[in-house]
Amino acid sequence: MPSGQPQFDGNERISVRHLCVDYHGVVAIHDASLHLDAGSICALVGMNGAGKSTLFKALMGFVRPTSGSIAINGLPLSQARRARAVAYVPQTESVDWNFPVNVHEVVMMGRYGAMNLLRIPRPLDREAVQEALERVDLWPLRHRQIGALSGGQRKRAFLARALAQGASVMLLDEPFNGVDIRTEKLMIELFEQFRREGRTLMISTHDLSHVTGFCDQVVLINKTVLAYGETASVFTRENLALTFGGLGLEAAAAAAIDPDPQQAP
Amino acid sequence: MTTLLTWLVEPLQQEFMVRALLVSMLVSCVCGLLSCYMTLKGWALMGDAVSHAVMPGVVIAYALNLPFAVGAFVFGVGSVALIGYIKQMTRIKEDTVIGLVFTGFFALGLTLISKVRSSIDLSHILFGNVLGISSSDILQTVLISLLVLTVLVVLRKDLLLFCFDPAHARSIGLHTGVLHYLLLSMLSLAAVAGLQTVGIILVVAMLVTPGATAYLLTDRFDRMVWLSILSAVLSSVAGIYWSYWMDASTAGCIVLVQTLLFLLCFLLAPRHGLLAQRRRSPRASRFPSA
Repeated sequence: MPSGQPQFDGNERISVRHLCVDYHGVVAIHDASLHLDAGSICALVGMNGAGKSTLFKALMGFVRPTSGSIAINGLPLSQARRARAVAYVPQTESVDWNFPVNVHEVVMMGRYGAMNLLRIPRPLDREAVQEALERVDLWPLRHRQIGALSGGQRKRAFLARALAQGASVMLLDEPFNGVDIRTEKLMIELFEQFRREGRTLMISTHDLSHVTGFCDQVVLINKTVLAYGETASVFTRENLALTFGGLGLEAAAAAAIDPDPQQAP
Repeated sequence: MTTLLTWLVEPLQQEFMVRALLVSMLVSCVCGLLSCYMTLKGWALMGDAVSHAVMPGVVIAYALNLPFAVGAFVFGVGSVALIGYIKQMTRIKEDTVIGLVFTGFFALGLTLISKVRSSIDLSHILFGNVLGISSSDILQTVLISLLVLTVLVVLRKDLLLFCFDPAHARSIGLHTGVLHYLLLSMLSLAAVAGLQTVGIILVVAMLVTPGATAYLLTDRFDRMVWLSILSAVLSSVAGIYWSYWMDASTAGCIVLVQTLLFLLCFLLAPRHGLLAQRRRSPRASRFPSA
C-alpha cells in the first residue's frame, strides 16, 4: 500500500473480542465485544467512568488488555498503528491552545508517521494537508496560531489532521461539547461524508439526541459492552436503563426516542 | 564611544575571558534551545530536580577520575526514573515526589563532597566557575553540547509533537516513551553543561528563562527557538562582561540579565506583554478575535 494513499476498502473496521482491561487490579472493562463495519458512524454512550475513554485507549493501543483481542481493519493494533489507520480527535478542553503552532503545522502532524526521520514534508504530504484543510474550509486560515481560531474552527482543524493522516477509523472524544448549532450541523455533514468514503467513526457522547439523529450504530457501555448494533434495535428503554441505571428513563426522554423500540427510526 | 570600545575590548585581552565567553555562548545555545521544550512541556520543576540530582554523580566522577558528564548523566536519569517509580507505586503527588527525590540526591552530593578527598571546590559546583574553567572541562562541555544540539535538531519535530499532543504522537506510531526519556536525558546533559557556567543552583534559570522570555514574544515555534537562543547568548555575554567590570558573581550576573530580559518582555512584548494586554480590554485578551 503506498503511504499517503489510504484505501478504505475491506468490510470490517473495528473488532473487539472479549476485551478485559484493568488498572492496578481495578476492573475498567470486562469481557467487552463489539464489531463495526466499514462506513458507519457509531455513538459510544455511557456514564462517566463507564469505560468510554478506556475503550478508546485500548483501541489506540495505549493500555494493554488483560485478556481479549482487538483488530482494526483485520490487523493487530501494532500493524494498524504503523498504517496510521486510527486517528484520535481529542476533546477541545484537553488541547493547549496557546501552543506556538499554526493550523498548517497541526494538520501536518497527521503526516509525521509517513515521513522520514527529519519529518521534512514531501510534495505528497503537502498535498494531503492542503486537501484536508480545503475540505474543512480552513485553507485560508492555515497560518493562524491555533488559539486564534473560533470554537468551530478549532474542531475542524483537528478533523483535518485526522483526514491528512488518512485514517480509516476515527475516534472522537465528545466532539459536540461547547459547539453551537451551526458548527454542529457542519460537523455532522463532514461526518456523513467520511462515512460515505468508507471510514468508520466512533463518537463518545453523553448527549443522546445525536444518537438518533445521525449515528447508524450505537455501543452502550457500562464497564462492559451492554449492547451494540443498529441504532434502531439497540437504543431502547430497556438498554438505556441498563446503561444509566435509574437515570435510564430520563435519558430516554432527553433523546426523545419512541417508547416502542420496533417503531424507532 | 572609545570608553565603550575599551569596555568591550579590554577583557578580551585576558585568555580566561575569551574562553569563558566562548564556552558560555555554546552552553547558552544548548540551554536556549532546550528551554523552549521545557517551557512548553511544563517541566521547569523537573529541570530543577534533575540539575540538583546530578550533583552526587559529578562528585563521584571527579573522585574516580571519570568524565563528570558520565556521573551526572547516570544520576540525572536515575533521579527521573526514581521519581516516576515512586509516583507510580504510591499515592504521593508528583511535585512532592520531585521535591523529595532531588533534595535527597542533593544532600547525598553535599555529604560526599565533604567526605571524599578530592580537588573539587564545592562553590565551583554550586555557583559555577566559568572564568576558571579547565581545558578538559571545556572539551567535555563542547562534546556534550554538540551531542545535545544534534539530538534536539534531528528530533525537533517529534519532540514538539510529543510536547503538544502525546496521544496523537503515540497513535501514529511514534515511540513516546523513548521521546520522554530522551528529552529527560538531554535535560540531564544540558544541566551538566549549564552548571559549568552558572552552577547547580542557578542552572534551572538557563533551562527555563530563555524559553519563557521567547514564548512571550512569538506564536511561532521556530521564531521562539531563535529568540530563546538569542536571549540566552546575549545574557551570558552581557552577564560575563558585567561581572568582569563589577567584580561580581558571574553566575549571578548572567541569570540577573536573563531575568531582566524576561521582565522587559513581560512588560513590553507586542501581543502577550502586560502593556499590550492592558491596551486591549480584558475580555478581548481572553478570547482572541476569530
